[in-house]
Amino acid sequence: MAHSPVPITARWPSAAAAALVLLLTLGTLGAVAWRAEWGSGLAPADWAAIRFTVIQALLSAGISVLLAVPVARALSRRRFPGRQLLITLLGAPFLLPVIVAVLGLLAVFGRGGILNQGLIALGFEPISIFGIHGVVLAHVFFNLPLAIRFILQGWLAIPSERFRLAATLNASVGRLLEWPMLRAVVPNTFLVIFLICLTSFAVALTMGGGPRATTVELAIYQALRFDFDLGRAALLACVQFALCVGAAFLAWRATANDPMGTGLDRVVQRYDTARAPVDYALILAAALFLLVPLAMIILRGLPGIMDLPETIWAAALRSVLVATGSALFCVSMSLALALRGGALVAVIGVLPLAASGLVVGTGAFLLLFPFVRPADMALVVTMLVNATLALPFALRSIAPTVAQVNADYGRLAASLGVEGWTWVRLIVLPRVRRPLGFATGLAAALSMGDLGVIALFAGEAEETLPLAMYRLMGAYRMEAAASAALLLLALSLLMFWICDRGGRADADL
Amino acid sequence: MRNTTYLPVVAGLALCATGAMAETPVLQVMTYDSFVTEWGPGPAVEAAFEAECACDLQFVGAGDGAALLARLQLEGPRTDADVVLGLDTNLTAAARETGLFAPHGVEADLDLPIAWTDAEFLPFDWGYFAFVGNVGADAPTSLQALADSDIKVVIQDPRSSTPGLGLLMWVKTAYGDEAASLWADLADNIVTVTPGWSEAYGMFLEGEADAVLSYTTSPAYHLIAEEDDSKVAWGFEEGHYMQVEVAGKLAGTDQPELADQFLAFMVSEGFQSVIPTTNWMYPAVTPAGGLPEGFETLITPETSLLLSPEDAAAKRDAALDEWRTALSQ
Repeated sequence: MAHSPVPITARWPSAAAAALVLLLTLGTLGAVAWRAEWGSGLAPADWAAIRFTVIQALLSAGISVLLAVPVARALSRRRFPGRQLLITLLGAPFLLPVIVAVLGLLAVFGRGGILNQGLIALGFEPISIFGIHGVVLAHVFFNLPLAIRFILQGWLAIPSERFRLAATLNASVGRLLEWPMLRAVVPNTFLVIFLICLTSFAVALTMGGGPRATTVELAIYQALRFDFDLGRAALLACVQFALCVGAAFLAWRATANDPMGTGLDRVVQRYDTARAPVDYALILAAALFLLVPLAMIILRGLPGIMDLPETIWAAALRSVLVATGSALFCVSMSLALALRGGALVAVIGVLPLAASGLVVGTGAFLLLFPFVRPADMALVVTMLVNATLALPFALRSIAPTVAQVNADYGRLAASLGVEGWTWVRLIVLPRVRRPLGFATGLAAALSMGDLGVIALFAGEAEETLPLAMYRLMGAYRMEAAASAALLLLALSLLMFWICDRGGRADADL
Repeated sequence: MRNTTYLPVVAGLALCATGAMAETPVLQVMTYDSFVTEWGPGPAVEAAFEAECACDLQFVGAGDGAALLARLQLEGPRTDADVVLGLDTNLTAAARETGLFAPHGVEADLDLPIAWTDAEFLPFDWGYFAFVGNVGADAPTSLQALADSDIKVVIQDPRSSTPGLGLLMWVKTAYGDEAASLWADLADNIVTVTPGWSEAYGMFLEGEADAVLSYTTSPAYHLIAEEDDSKVAWGFEEGHYMQVEVAGKLAGTDQPELADQFLAFMVSEGFQSVIPTTNWMYPAVTPAGGLPEGFETLITPETSLLLSPEDAAAKRDAALDEWRTALSQ
């Protein structure tokens, strides 16, 4: 992969990061498989689940990317007051715990939601949100923000000099700059979202309206929790990995790398700014789709926010600490892997996406239980697992920029003998600040909302905010849970915003 | 001189004290999550038991009932838990099969609508599954009437939730060979199937459905805790399937006496009086003061349905296939 000379950096950080990822993905799967009693293979119902899983993931990823391209383009072309805030807020759905987002969506698209009330008022038949269209809608709601951010980063990575040159030559920006950039960015974005949707479970079932909408992850849940059939769980987890490898290969084949060349990091100025109303209409539509459900969550949670029990605030503090640790760890691993580069890193970068959270948790439990009390390790394990699960997003945002820096400055640096930490500190870090900040914020926020591993390990004293929220719901306290959800949303967004902002303190995004 | 004579006494006392603290026996009870939260029975039960046992009662929470069994199976014979509390009769056959449980040996006068003879598992509370809807709306009087109506309900998935499994057994017990056709009739009434109870109940409260699969005791929560009498459970002619929640002593416990003491305590006043307004279920032994005010407003089904653990386990897979096929059409 590395065609240009790359300055020498230490090998051990990337090796350690790769080892941890392999341990937590394939290692935990191995632990589950090792304990399994192997019985039957895949049942017909499993094949139906695999088919449904792949179809909904393809649709969700395809539609998310198709919608994200024009919105990202509009956002990259326009400057308006509140643009930064809007971009941050647009990222919110991706950070939400599933049940919170689903209730927010239902407040808009559900039976008593705004949309149906409007339709009835206008004399139309109300529509039902449940079915495969509901699954796709929910997945697009979750993942459109991610797609927009990834693709927007692609746009922002085109040096301003290219735009100026294109304007000078009166050449087509779309064909010469934007299309090659999309060819490089879109396949990967599609792959990430496809894999996220591949391991979806609660969204698919709840919005899918019944057992038709059974995904592989649900079958894994059933095998682990209800049948205690570790063999079947391991087999299904292998199916997920196989799908992941296949998809990653296709995405890699479809990716066309077309380096844009070096710029002087000047503020981008666009000259092709015709048809402003279309851009603003696109931005408005995306904002409405993503922000109205969010507003409903805020409205539901606001009244009770001051009455939240003390334990919730303690859980919130614990969550912030875990998220901070997890984010720092995740970004360090990503940077180490990105500096190394190459095909192996690309594979490691997608593995965690295909890992079933349930299998990771169960495998980690099996690996640790002989040695320690699970509750003692709850927060550490959560931190490590969350860092690993967020790694694909962080790596995807950092790696292209690092590769670009290598391509653009590697030769010069190598000839000057700049290497190791000096190279990282003086050349790489200043250039990857923006994706680094974004990645840190994303990792922190993702860790805030995670419920996968902690539920298996935590006792009373290790409760995190999402777990506390689910426990409130389980105790009939839906209003308090709504307020806890709002708190979670606010904290996730705040952590994301601080990191993201820090990464582009002097940038024009 | 006086100081020197006192010193060994003081030192001895201090040693005794630390010795006693180090030897405070610990009883570990593994249970489901909602039992141990500050709104669940956990804190009151812990205080009451520790007052009489001179021990440290520790709860370990693990998801819901099914997750609890899976956790126990993961830990196997090496588990530190002494007592497992919170399985229901749909899970006890699998729990018994692990061979990890010992007979409970408790003779208690239980107030259950059915006779209880299980040697390994002792009930601590019970309830009836029921559809809970809003007062004033159409209320069907049977499962078949619900299936024939155009009322919309939300249920839980029997593959991931214990109430969902309860409904599966309810339909199977009431309809036997006709269960598949009842599910086919019900299919168009089911708005959606959620992974767990919380999601379904939340969706019902948000108005996504006319009713939700829950318990006959659910309206008591709204009545007592929220002074809201707008929720009602529908009584069905076929009878209502029961959920009986049980606890069992692990054979490998290092505190067998304490575990026995806890199980005996579990069916006594100190434990049972806490259950109705924390776990929102019927206590296995009605407390001396009767049930809390508000419980008398709840419906009491005439027919109680419950499969034996072995029957439930034997019928589950076929019933699941019927359910999945009928709802996948």
